[in-house]
Amino acid sequence: MLRSRVARVALAAAVVGVLAACAGGAGDADGTGGPGPATPSTADALESGTITVFAAASLTDAFEELAARFEERHPEVDVVLNLGGSAALAQQVVAGAPADVFAAAAEPPMATVVDAGLADDATVFATNTLELAVPTGNPAGIAGLDDLAREELRIALCDESVPCGAAAATLLDEAGVDAAPDTLESDVKAVLTKVALGEVDAGLVYRTDVRSSGGSVEGIDVPAAASVVNRYPIAALAEAPHPAAAAAFTAFVTGPEGRDVLDRLGFGAP
Amino acid sequence: MTAPQTTPRAPTRRRPPRAHGGLAWPVAVLAGVGLAVLVLPLVALVARAPWGELGELLARESVLEALVLSLGTATAATGVCLMLGVPLAVLLARAAAWPTPARRLLRAAVTVPLVLPPVVGGIALLLLLGRRGLIGSALDDLFGITVPFTTGAVVLAQVFVALPFLVFAVEGALRSTDRRTELAAATLGASRWQVFRHVTLPLVAPGVAAGAVLCFTRALGEFGATITFAGSLPGVTRTLPIASYLAMQTDPDEAIALALLLLAVSVGVLLLLRDRWLPGVRG
Amino acid sequence: MTRETPAPSPPPRGPAGARPALHADVTVTRGAHRVEAAFDALPGHPLAVVGPNGAGKSTLLAAIAGLVPVDAGRVRIGDRDVDRLPPERRRVGVLFQDYVLFPHLTVRDNVAFAARMRGSRHDARAAAEPWLARYGLTTLADRLPGELSGGQAQRVALARALAAEPEVLLLDEPMSALDVELRHDMRAELAQHVREFGGATVVVTHSRADAATLADHVLVLEDGRVTQRGTLEELAAAPATPYVRRMLATSEG
Repeated sequence: MLRSRVARVALAAAVVGVLAACAGGAGDADGTGGPGPATPSTADALESGTITVFAAASLTDAFEELAARFEERHPEVDVVLNLGGSAALAQQVVAGAPADVFAAAAEPPMATVVDAGLADDATVFATNTLELAVPTGNPAGIAGLDDLAREELRIALCDESVPCGAAAATLLDEAGVDAAPDTLESDVKAVLTKVALGEVDAGLVYRTDVRSSGGSVEGIDVPAAASVVNRYPIAALAEAPHPAAAAAFTAFVTGPEGRDVLDRLGFGAP
Repeated sequence: MTAPQTTPRAPTRRRPPRAHGGLAWPVAVLAGVGLAVLVLPLVALVARAPWGELGELLARESVLEALVLSLGTATAATGVCLMLGVPLAVLLARAAAWPTPARRLLRAAVTVPLVLPPVVGGIALLLLLGRRGLIGSALDDLFGITVPFTTGAVVLAQVFVALPFLVFAVEGALRSTDRRTELAAATLGASRWQVFRHVTLPLVAPGVAAGAVLCFTRALGEFGATITFAGSLPGVTRTLPIASYLAMQTDPDEAIALALLLLAVSVGVLLLLRDRWLPGVRG
Repeated sequence: MTRETPAPSPPPRGPAGARPALHADVTVTRGAHRVEAAFDALPGHPLAVVGPNGAGKSTLLAAIAGLVPVDAGRVRIGDRDVDRLPPERRRVGVLFQDYVLFPHLTVRDNVAFAARMRGSRHDARAAAEPWLARYGLTTLADRLPGELSGGQAQRVALARALAAEPEVLLLDEPMSALDVELRHDMRAELAQHVREFGGATVVVTHSRADAATLADHVLVLEDGRVTQRGTLEELAAAPATPYVRRMLATSEG
């Protein structure tokens, strides 16, 4: 699935690039799009165009809904989502992908972008914690974190290079569990898919993933996970082709309406 | 493309306008652009390589592990492809006498993996051989065998994507051989197997070698089907391309080093085998 | 014999006597064409099958060798019914029109091929030596077919076929791949080899000269049917069709 996602991102980036070029200068038309938190309820007109939002895979459901609501409020703006592993997205932004907004599942990928001078300040807008996901019916009888050390079980984790993997490593370390994974996936959705297909007996994913899976996996609460919190930062990018709309979208996500949506999907408050 | 004002650098060499073997300028220009598309990315890869730290990067445990795994699985996949692909190519070449629908179906079955995104192949393999797959569930219930996430799964994914390359190379060679040599062998007392072993196979040997090289390099570069079907665990299923992809997220220098390694191995294999066994394919 | 070949030595194995006859009575369909023919070829009395292009001559030979299936009829060699046997078990040797040597094998290994199918490479090569000597191929033994002249290739093909010790020998247009200047000498040489073989022999040709030199009976095949049979003299006395009359009038085919 990774390759197609990458291809899609590349294609979308190319299309956006062309569109941006065709649209000419994407300057700030009037004073509405200042960097200060615009009130989402006042639907000031933005310059029409398409903004590209790079977001962590774990934000898929939340950002699809947020994008739809934002477009309702600003019919003149189209939001295109590119979803993937946070680290990969960060590398693409650094490599010059024409993105307007970046939302990561942890702070290190955002730091990569900020260090490259491509974002000034990031706002943490949500938190998430890990949970054990097992196939429906829990065929292997997984009870807790300790089961991840059982060699005979099939276990999927995220690779440590992505936020869910880093969090999983921290969690397992703190709990003193020597996990025996069979695969280290490059984003959380790949872990979730393998659990849902029953190809693995358990995986560590975000609680929001379990909630948004529509019952295709079951969650098992891990008390120790409460102390390993992923903080999700968002930033409008310095070289955004549409800075006003980018700022407006960022403000929308961090504002009350964004909070509502994120709450409902299981994300914690910053 | 509308106005010819953007005349590209005209060839400065003086040549008779219709010199034999000369190219029309649009052909020459587009050919040059095409060549650039193929070569420039590799130039960039080489130019951006962290040559100073290359030794240290390539000596890393994770890199060596991925290299050994990649070479091993690609070799095994090539072996499997040879064993299954040559007979399949013979079947395909002989299918000329079949009724058209059956012949087309057979050809399509061999062609599809060639045009399929490898990820789709990985999903399909998972649905067949995964623990809840068509065959995989029986394997698991009866023998306790699970295929995904094993090195064998990596080989299987590579075979799936690389087999058509071998089949078509050998089939092409078969089609260009004179079938009457096989008939002549039969009149000299050769059984069908002996005809295959002593006549058909030696005659298509250059095609088999070419197919094996293509097969190996394709298997070496396999990514999508592998990560989908076999997962990604260092030393077990994390091959060079997957290691390179993952490294790109956190350590671009290591990713570039891995990419260079992959490039070197592929080109090396191509050159080595071409000189030794593929005189007919030489440029 | 005009060429300086080694003096013909006796065949390495098996005397020429007591060879079986070939009896064929077959119907063969190839695409839109249908061939029906019945004939006997007796040892020591080569039969020429002549006819215009497309008459079905080569199809008839292929049917006897087992290379195409027959619709009906039978093929007997001596008292063996061979029409249900695969080609490798019929003991029918074929000299193909353009010889069809194995391009990847040396002259020696081409001639040794039949023996190689029955034994080790070493034994097969040893068994090939007398045949190479007999056909003047010893000095060419390590060459590949691509390095041979037409006449040399014909000798290799004949040695290869006869080294398999067939009971019946079929020759398909044996001269057509040779340069016209060479044909006369090669034809005489081939006739000599056919006589030495001594078994039932069928030669397909559209050349009167081939029929005259290589065979002593002629069967005329036109459009899949036998239109006349007999010696060339008998044909000349009463040509049954315009084709036979034209064929007899040409000096070299």
